[in-house]
Amino acid sequence: MTGKKTIGVLSFQGSVEEHLAALGRFPEVTALPVKTPEALNRVDALILPGGESTTISKLLSIFGLMEPLRQRILQGMPVWGTCAGMILLAKEVVGEQPHLGVMDIAVRRNAYGSQLDSFTANETIPAVLGDPIPLVFIRAPWVERAWGTAEPLLTLNGHIAAARQDNMLATAFHPELTDDLSVYRYFLQMIG
Amino acid sequence: MDKQVYERNKNLAQMLKGGVIMDVTNVEQAKIAENAGAVAVMALERVPSDIRKQGGVARMSDPKMIWEIKQAVSIPVMAKARIGHIAEAQILEALEVDYIDESEVLTPADDRFHLNKFAFKVPFVCGARNLGEALRRIGEGAAMIRTKGEAGTGNVVEAVRHMRTMMEAIRQLQNMPREELMTFAKENGAPYDLVVYVAEHGKLPVVNFAAGGIATPADAALMMQLGSEGIFVGSGIFKSSDPEKMARAIVKATAFYNDPKVLAEVSEGLGEAMKGIELSQIPETERYAERGW
Repeated sequence: MTGKKTIGVLSFQGSVEEHLAALGRFPEVTALPVKTPEALNRVDALILPGGESTTISKLLSIFGLMEPLRQRILQGMPVWGTCAGMILLAKEVVGEQPHLGVMDIAVRRNAYGSQLDSFTANETIPAVLGDPIPLVFIRAPWVERAWGTAEPLLTLNGHIAAARQDNMLATAFHPELTDDLSVYRYFLQMIG
Repeated sequence: MDKQVYERNKNLAQMLKGGVIMDVTNVEQAKIAENAGAVAVMALERVPSDIRKQGGVARMSDPKMIWEIKQAVSIPVMAKARIGHIAEAQILEALEVDYIDESEVLTPADDRFHLNKFAFKVPFVCGARNLGEALRRIGEGAAMIRTKGEAGTGNVVEAVRHMRTMMEAIRQLQNMPREELMTFAKENGAPYDLVVYVAEHGKLPVVNFAAGGIATPADAALMMQLGSEGIFVGSGIFKSSDPEKMARAIVKATAFYNDPKVLAEVSEGLGEAMKGIELSQIPETERYAERGW
């Protein structure tokens, strides 16, 4: 990696501080909360945090960030969506309109059920690390289908829980809620 | 409840941070709230200002109504149980709500004991006026806290008082030498290990929202600036003259609480906020915030 990279976290709502704190553990990264087009212009890469996708999507539209963000992703800016962020990226969302609609995946919201069905797992994601890492699923979505150049990185109980397509990474789980930084390291490699 | 379940229940509250949770009494209101950008809805039969007006015993809502709202929206659905009402909480858990509010807005079922929230898998949010009360509830298993304020008044003064009281105590603890923490725990009726946690981390071990009297976008921004991590709005939305507009404005103000220009824009032309009550006109016995042990 050449020089310091600025990684933004979309900071309308959700697990923003958790992502910023994790990024803060990398000396080569400057972490920046992003709420405006000006802040978006300053980042080399962006994380879309966990939260409520309907809320974040509405705020993206209202505050004029939806289109500039979509353009930056289409131009190749590395982006990583966790949970709600994965829903924002998907080209298809079962039962509702897509949001950013940039990634060749179809996702189902709250696919596992209510909060009583939230769960924790330990799984190996071969592309990320050879050892199992802790995965926290909170009212999580799953990927029903991936097409084009979108590749599943992890399949859990028959459903895709992580996928990569070129500059886009999507995880149904929340690395920001654990101490494990391996998915962050993987994302940093995508920035180059 | 195993430790991982409790962690995940705290995690769900983390996902709600920076958002607005709205009281709704039917499917139509729930959809308005979701479309306005609410992060969750609180399903209940009467909003607090109506409970206040109509009097009588306020209980858990009809499961049918909660079920219908669950079917109608994709955001988390919360519901209220009476303080200490074990069976109401069990019923709400069986309905698979996403969060139970053990709430002082309903008439307490037990005048000495709160629920043992660790006995449930479903997460609980509880109200608190000060740090000791917050840590007692967390000690019983609450995965989220909200300052109580005074629900159904449309008057933010109590919410401010409770948030300032809690933040002041947290700042005090941060500056206390270790040997003073046990006496703090004793004097505030708070579990010692949680007192130590707050002293070391400078915050509660769970997410803390503001509630009780928030009626305008400016009220929401005020509470966020005082350190709240998100907002509950009860009567403030559906007792205003244009609920849809008010709901959207409060969502925007909560996300941009530190941007006065945005706050000015969203506060424009909202019509009338709920009428509101001056606190001195509410007798001590009718103050909901006093309920809690």
